[in-house]
Amino acid sequence: MTVASPQSSPPPAVGAHTRAAAGEWGARLAVAVEAIFVPLAGIAVSFALFGVFVALAGANVLDVYYQMYRGAFGSWFSFQNTLLRAAPLTLTALCTALPAQLGLVIIGGEGALVLGALASVVAAHALDGFNPWVVLVAMGGAACLVGGAWIGLQGGLRTLRGVNETISSLLLNYIAIGIFKHLVEGPMRDPASLNKPSTRPIGEANALGSIPGMDVHWGLAYGVAACFAAYVLMRRTTFGFAAKIIGGNVRAALLSGLDVHRIVIVTCTVAGAAAGLAGMAEVAAVHGTANASLIVGYGYAGVLVAFLARQHPLGIVPVSILLGGIGASGGLLQRTEHLPDATVNVLEGILFTVILASETLRGRLHFLSPRPVQNAPLPAAVETSRAA
Amino acid sequence: MGLWGLPLALVGGALRVSAPYLFVSLGECLTEKSGRINLGQEGTLIMGAMSGYGISYLSGSAWLGVLAAGCVGVMLGALHAWLCSLQRVNDVAVGIALMLLGIGSAFFLGKPLIQPSAPRLSALELGSWSQIAPVRAALEINVLLLMGIAAAFAMRFFFQRTRWGLLVRIVGEDADAARAMGYDANRVRFFATAAGGFFAGVGGSFLSLYYPGSWSEGLSSGQGLMAVALVIFARWDPVRCLWASLLFGGAGAIGPALQSIGIIGGYNLYATAPYVLTLVIMVATSSARRTLVGQPAELTVAR
Repeated sequence: MTVASPQSSPPPAVGAHTRAAAGEWGARLAVAVEAIFVPLAGIAVSFALFGVFVALAGANVLDVYYQMYRGAFGSWFSFQNTLLRAAPLTLTALCTALPAQLGLVIIGGEGALVLGALASVVAAHALDGFNPWVVLVAMGGAACLVGGAWIGLQGGLRTLRGVNETISSLLLNYIAIGIFKHLVEGPMRDPASLNKPSTRPIGEANALGSIPGMDVHWGLAYGVAACFAAYVLMRRTTFGFAAKIIGGNVRAALLSGLDVHRIVIVTCTVAGAAAGLAGMAEVAAVHGTANASLIVGYGYAGVLVAFLARQHPLGIVPVSILLGGIGASGGLLQRTEHLPDATVNVLEGILFTVILASETLRGRLHFLSPRPVQNAPLPAAVETSRAA
Repeated sequence: MGLWGLPLALVGGALRVSAPYLFVSLGECLTEKSGRINLGQEGTLIMGAMSGYGISYLSGSAWLGVLAAGCVGVMLGALHAWLCSLQRVNDVAVGIALMLLGIGSAFFLGKPLIQPSAPRLSALELGSWSQIAPVRAALEINVLLLMGIAAAFAMRFFFQRTRWGLLVRIVGEDADAARAMGYDANRVRFFATAAGGFFAGVGGSFLSLYYPGSWSEGLSSGQGLMAVALVIFARWDPVRCLWASLLFGGAGAIGPALQSIGIIGGYNLYATAPYVLTLVIMVATSSARRTLVGQPAELTVAR
């Protein structure tokens, strides 16, 4: 936690106002520069390590980089493909980033996404024949409800029973996928889907349209809007402030009378609703039905996005586009470089690891901070609890 | 056979399926006793499976494959330990990252291994006294499982009766106390995590070299993660890890066992039995108010 951040220093005396303000702006700038510089350096190092990896596998490194650029951002067509992949990531990343404000590590986005998708299909079938607007709203509502309940359960287990939320969310991913497969291959299966078990389609009329001017569905707009809403909720409201206190020190939060249980469960529910909505958008805009194509790891990639964005709701948007681009370039790498489809996963793994390791540089890059405030020694009590 | 087929298939399944759980949970037990959680064991398991299969294929010796899998596990464990020794780096998050990295690398490097068949580990036919084929099939036991059982007891002895075992426990209970005694906590954790990775790697080689006995991308489905939860259930005791692994193996065998007697509906639901069991056990044994009995105290500091 940023215990020694300049914002928390007491207000300066009146005479020193202008100078202190300038210093504060300098320190803020340093924090911002650091927050951008360190991840960028991490990304550069990751790509270098990835280059070594593919070179060992016998590929031409520069060619690989070029094809990745081409597949992700090279043309308007590929950029739209990137945005299509970024859309669910913005929402599944929130599923990790929101609980992270409370100090929880939740990686259950995959489960919430597939169950949300399933719930949206159920809603669409139940309201078949209604106005498409009604159907879409009901689909979104059902997906948010189920996704929210799924992650809310994990938050509840954590705060009420002390169950490790990381492990429970992972286990619940497998359980959710089991339920999903059971229903899609069994009771909810459309007999017409022979090779690939799917539910009945939701119908052309109920499909989620594209954002005007591009071939990208509205799910992207939902995701960006959700990230902004999450930013406002976490940084500009008393609820968000309470969450920040809990994330900093649960005991202090309890002593100041905060309802920790409620805040944890509500935050996790909102987080799950976001991931559920991602599932709904994938169903309504991309697949038109629920089948195994939904289980492609958007939930896990969302975890990576959240950590890369340092759990900052607004940081999620650009990082999602970056990760969406990496995902979008996978197909081109397979075709032109004959690299396996897991190449992208290797790069993601390297990125994740390097970015986490770069966390150690935080506040230790002296050339970035004009004032030594950042590097003031922490009190001994803080030092021992730093890992939290 | 009739209904007797079910318990028999469960026992047989437990003996076959439990070894990866056992090895990973022993490794994780050792790591957590030193005060760190390594969630990357899932990635280590899969990397172990891939490299074990690859080396077995290239060298023609399955046991060399097992050894190679262990060595890869040591490397991944050492990487985790090194990253976590950096300041401000969170061990749980690094574990998730290494899990994804391990899975990705194994799929990447293992692409050419999907087709060829490598020499596999042979089984001990403990059921040869019986005339009934299912009994014989159920009692086919792998030497690796027996080694795992021996390792469980050896590890308990290590923790309770040896100087190094005591040192690992000290570091896990109170790193500052260990520091005051002149021991380097990070060093101890490095060795504990690397050795823990060895176990997980060997567990992975069991998957690819014995049961199911080939390399594919669907080989592991979270056994490494469940093993981490299993350690909590086993209260950080190696021998209890053994019993818990057998229980989990049995739960994992429910689906195939029901299939073997002709019940196939709801297969996907039975397949979630181990996860549900893990979760139920975690909910039942956790508490919001007190720390768990037997939990290394350093694990709660890091939360």
